[in-house]
Amino acid sequence: MHKHSIAELAAGLRGKKFSSRELTQHFLKRIDAHDGALNSYVTITAERALKQADAADAELAAGNAGLLTGIPIGQKDIFCTQGVRTACGSKMLDTFIAPYDATIVEKLDAAGMVMLGKLNMDEFAMGSSNETSFYGPVCNPWDKTRVPGGSSGGSVACVAAGLAPVATATDTGGSIRQPAALTNLTGIKPTYGRVSRYGMIAFASSLDQAGVVARSAEDAAHVLQAMSGFDAKDSTSVERPVDDLVTGLNTSIRGLTIGLPKEYFADGMSAGVRERIEQAIATLTKLGANFKEISLPNSPLSVPTYYVVAPAEASSNLARFDGVRYGHRAEGAKSLEELYKRSRGEGFGAEVQRRIMIGTYVLSHGYYDAYYLQAQKVRRLIYDDFKRAFADGIDLVLSPTATDVAFKFGHNSDDPVAMYLNDIYTIAANLAGIPAMSLPCGFVDGLPTGFQLMGNFFAEARMLNVAHQYQQATDFHTKWPTEYAS
Amino acid sequence: MIIPAGWEAVIGLEVHCQLSTQSKIFSGSAIAYGAEPNSQASPIDLGMPGMLPVLNVDAVKKAVTFGLSVGAKIADRSVFARKHYFYPDLPKGYQISQYELPIVYEGLLDIELEDGSTKRIGITRAHLEEDAGKSVHEGFQKSSGIDLNRAGTPLIEIVSEPDLRTAQEAVAYLKKLHQLVVYLGICDGNMQEGSFRCDANVSVRKIGAPKFGTRTETKNVNSFRYVEKAIEYEIERQIEVIEAGGTIRQETRLFNPDTGETKAMRSKEDANDYRYFPDPDLLPVVCTEDYIDAIRKSLPELPEAKRGRFVAEFGLSDYDAKTLTSSRELAAYYEAVVAASGAEAKLCANWVATDLLGALNKMSKGIEESPISAEAFAALLKRIADKTINGKIAKDVFEAMVAGEGTADEIIKAKGLVQVTDESAIIAAIDDVIAKNPQQLADYRGGKDKLYGFFVGQAMKATQGKANPDALNRLLKERLAG
Amino acid sequence: MSLSPEQIRQVAQLARLQLNPEQVEPYARQLSNILEMVDRLSSVDTANVSPMAHPLDMVQRLRPDTISETDRRDDYQAIAPETQDGLYLVPKVIE
Repeated sequence: MHKHSIAELAAGLRGKKFSSRELTQHFLKRIDAHDGALNSYVTITAERALKQADAADAELAAGNAGLLTGIPIGQKDIFCTQGVRTACGSKMLDTFIAPYDATIVEKLDAAGMVMLGKLNMDEFAMGSSNETSFYGPVCNPWDKTRVPGGSSGGSVACVAAGLAPVATATDTGGSIRQPAALTNLTGIKPTYGRVSRYGMIAFASSLDQAGVVARSAEDAAHVLQAMSGFDAKDSTSVERPVDDLVTGLNTSIRGLTIGLPKEYFADGMSAGVRERIEQAIATLTKLGANFKEISLPNSPLSVPTYYVVAPAEASSNLARFDGVRYGHRAEGAKSLEELYKRSRGEGFGAEVQRRIMIGTYVLSHGYYDAYYLQAQKVRRLIYDDFKRAFADGIDLVLSPTATDVAFKFGHNSDDPVAMYLNDIYTIAANLAGIPAMSLPCGFVDGLPTGFQLMGNFFAEARMLNVAHQYQQATDFHTKWPTEYAS
Repeated sequence: MIIPAGWEAVIGLEVHCQLSTQSKIFSGSAIAYGAEPNSQASPIDLGMPGMLPVLNVDAVKKAVTFGLSVGAKIADRSVFARKHYFYPDLPKGYQISQYELPIVYEGLLDIELEDGSTKRIGITRAHLEEDAGKSVHEGFQKSSGIDLNRAGTPLIEIVSEPDLRTAQEAVAYLKKLHQLVVYLGICDGNMQEGSFRCDANVSVRKIGAPKFGTRTETKNVNSFRYVEKAIEYEIERQIEVIEAGGTIRQETRLFNPDTGETKAMRSKEDANDYRYFPDPDLLPVVCTEDYIDAIRKSLPELPEAKRGRFVAEFGLSDYDAKTLTSSRELAAYYEAVVAASGAEAKLCANWVATDLLGALNKMSKGIEESPISAEAFAALLKRIADKTINGKIAKDVFEAMVAGEGTADEIIKAKGLVQVTDESAIIAAIDDVIAKNPQQLADYRGGKDKLYGFFVGQAMKATQGKANPDALNRLLKERLAG
Repeated sequence: MSLSPEQIRQVAQLARLQLNPEQVEPYARQLSNILEMVDRLSSVDTANVSPMAHPLDMVQRLRPDTISETDRRDDYQAIAPETQDGLYLVPKVIE
C-alpha cells in the first residue's frame, strides 16, 4: 500500500480495496517498525489519525469524498497544530501546544487528509542536514550513515521510506528541494505568497514558503493544489485564484524553452551530479524542450545575500521566545535579565544562536547600511536577473539542486560556511520569490541526486507539467531504498 | 518658573495617542479599557509563533485624518518597521512601528501663548504603531504581572519639532493637540486611562549657542500639570548639572508625580540599539490621492474654523466663541440650542457659556453628561424670547431644570411663573405701591431720582417678579410722573 | 570583518543569549567566517539600486475594524510557564 501514488490510493479507497483506517494503520505500523532508526517523526498522532480516517471513511461511504480524502500525510513540525505539540525542532518549544491550527493544517484537514504525525526538522528550520534538531538527527533512508538534507529532513525521510505517502515541508533557502534531491523525491516550493504562512513558525518571513515533498510530481500537484490559496490572515498571501495544477500535467512540453544559467554550471557540482543532470537535459530535449544558455550574473551573490537577510529576519522573529508566555523558561531566574538570557541560552541550539547573533549584528547600529541594506539591494539585482531571463522568453530555468549526493553525518558540523554552501543553487529562488522544485534524475554510487526547475511567478502548473512529463519518460523517481521497498 | 538669564530650554514632545478603533491595529481583539487581565489578548497580541499581523483599515484612516488636520503631508507609501527591545510587556521582542517612512510628516500646529500671541510649532511626523502591554507591580512579592490587553492597541506617535522653549508652551501645545484629536474623533483623549500620553525631550543651552544641548527623554508625563512640572524640573536639573561643571547624559528618565522629580530609568539603559528594519510580515501601506481626498472631504470643522465662524455667524465675542468651541460636543450643543430656540445667538451664548457650564462645572460633569439636553435648554430660552418669562425668572426655572424638576414649560406652569404682560394688572400693582409709599413718592417727585429703583423693586415684588420688565418700566415712569 | 570575543559578548547581550565562556571563542571564529563570506557584498555596486524588502510587488491589504476574537485566556495560559490571577509572571521588574 505504501508504494501507491495518491491517485492509486484514492482509487483503492473508492474501490474498497482498503479503508482509510486500514491505510492509516498500515502507515502507523511502518512508522513503528522503521522510524526508531530513521527518527523522521517527533510526534506520532495515532489516535487523531484514526479518528480522521474514520471520518474519511464515512465521507467515502457517503460519496462526499474528494481526491485526498482518507489519504495519510505527515506534517512538518513547523506548522502549528491545535492540541498537538509543535516543537519546531527546538528545546525552546518542547512544551508548546499551539491553541490554533496553521492555515495549511486546516486546509489539509478540510480536504480529508489524515495527519499521521509531526515530522523532525532542523531547529527552527536552520540547517541543511537535519543535524540541528533538538530531537536528534534524521537518517537518510538510502544510507543511514548519511544525512537526509535539511531542514525538512523528517519530511523527506518519512516519504522516501514509505512512512507516509506524502509530507508537507517548508523552504527558506532550499529546505524542500535539497533534501528532496538527497532522498530521490519530488519537492516543490511554490511562489512566495501562494501558500499561507499563518501558523507556520517563522524563520525568515520574506523567504519562508510552505510546500510539499512527494514521490512524484503528480502527487505533489494534488497536495499543493489543496494547500494553496489566498488567506486573509496573512498580509503576504496573494489574492489570486489558484491555477489548476493537475489538469495540465499531461500537456506536451514541445517547444518549451528552458534556460541553463552558465553560473550554475560552473565548478561546484560533483562530476557524478553533472553527468546525471546532462542526462536529464538530454531526456527533456527528446521530449521537445529547447535549451538555451542564459546568464544570471548576480547569482553567485545569493549565498552572502541570504546569510544577511535570513539571519536578520530570524533574529527578529525569534525574539518572541523569552520564556514568559510559552515555551522554555529557565528555572530559578532571579531577575528579568537572567530569565531572558538563560531561557534563550538554554532553549536555543548552537546553529540558532549563531544565526541570531549574526542577524543581531547586521541589524545593529552602524552596520545596518553596510550589511542589511546592501543585501536588500543585491537581492534586487538577483531578482532582476530572473525577471530579465523570463522576459527574454525563457519559460523555466534548469540547474542542479545540490552540489553532491547526501554527505555523512558530522561532515560540516564545525564549519557553518561550508554547510551554508549546500544551498548555493537553491537560495536564489527564495530571494526572488519565484517557484522552484527538485526532482530525481538518477543515482551516483547508489545515492540519489536531483535537478532543479525554477519558474516565473505562479508558474507552478507549468513546472509540475514539465516534471510530470519527465517522470513519464524516466523511472528514477520510482526507485526505492532496498530496506524500505517491501 | 523663570529660566535663569542667559539660558534657554529646547523642548520637543512625543505624544502617543490611542486611536479609538473597535479592534487592535493588527488583530481582531477588543481594546476596551479596564477588562480582565489578558482577556483581550489573542495569539497575535501574545506574540505566539506563526502569528501574523493584518492592518486595521480604521487605524490608517484615523492617522490620515490627523495628518490632514495639521496640514501635514500624507505618505503615498509608508512602511512598517520592527523596533527591537526586550521587555515583558512587549510580547514579540519588537514593536511594530514606522521608522523611515511614516504615514504622516511635515505638519504644523499654531498654539496660543499667554500673552495672546500665536506660535507655530512644527510636527515632524506622526507614525502608526502598536501599543505595548502593562506591567503590574503591586500585589506580588518577587514578581511582576504582565497584562497584554493593551498590547496591539493602535497608536499614532506625534513627534513635534524642538520648537518649544518653555514648559508653558509645551502645555499649550499639548492642550491644543489634545483638543484636536478629540475633535477629530480619533482618540477619546482620556489621559487617566492612558489614551493620550506624552514623553518630553528636554535640553538646555546658553542663549546663542549654535547647537542644541544633550537631551533627555522623560517618560510618563501623563497630565498637563505633570508635563509642566516634569519639564521645569528637567530644565532646572540640567542647568544645575552644567553650571556645576557636569555634563548631561542622553538617557531616558521617568517622572515621579509624587516627588515631582525625574530619575534615570534602569530598564532602558541599553535600549539604544533598536535594530529597526522593515517588517517582512507587512507590505507598504499605500494612500492614493483619491483616498486622501475622500478623507479630506469628510474632515469635521476644526476648532479654529469653528471659532471664526461663531464670531462671524453669531456675532459672538472671540472669548465666547473660544469657550463654546473648546469641544466639538459643546459647540454642537450650542448650535442646537440656537437652532431650536429661535432666541438671539448672543443670549444663547451667555446662557450656555455662563449658566450651563457653570452648573456643569459645579457637578464636575462634561457637556455630554449635561442633565439638560440641548432641546430642553432651547425650550427654556424660547420662553425668554417669546417673553413668557423674563431673564430673572428664567434663572429660577434653570435651577429647577438642573434639579430635575421637569421641562421649562412644566416648571413655569407648576410654579405659575408666566410673565405678567397684562398692563392693567401691572398698573394695579404700581398704583398699590405708590399708594403705600407717599413719602417716597414725594421725595422722588422732589428730585430724588435714586428712588426709582426702589419703586421698580417694590412693583416687581408685588407681581412676584413676573412683570414684563419693559412694560413695568414704561408704566412706572408714567405713573410716577403723575 | 572579524568579531572579537568581546563583540560576541556584546551581541549576545543585545540578543539576550547566555553564553558559556567556552562557547565564546568558537562563536567568534565561526561568526567571523560567516561575515567574511558575507563581506563579498560590499564590493557590489548598488548605487542606483532600490532595496528589495519583499519578493511581492504588492501593497498592504487592510482588515475591517471588527472584533473577531473572543476571550480564550484559559486556553492561552494553559501553556504559560507561570501565571497568577490572569497575569503572566516574571521576576520583579525594577525601574
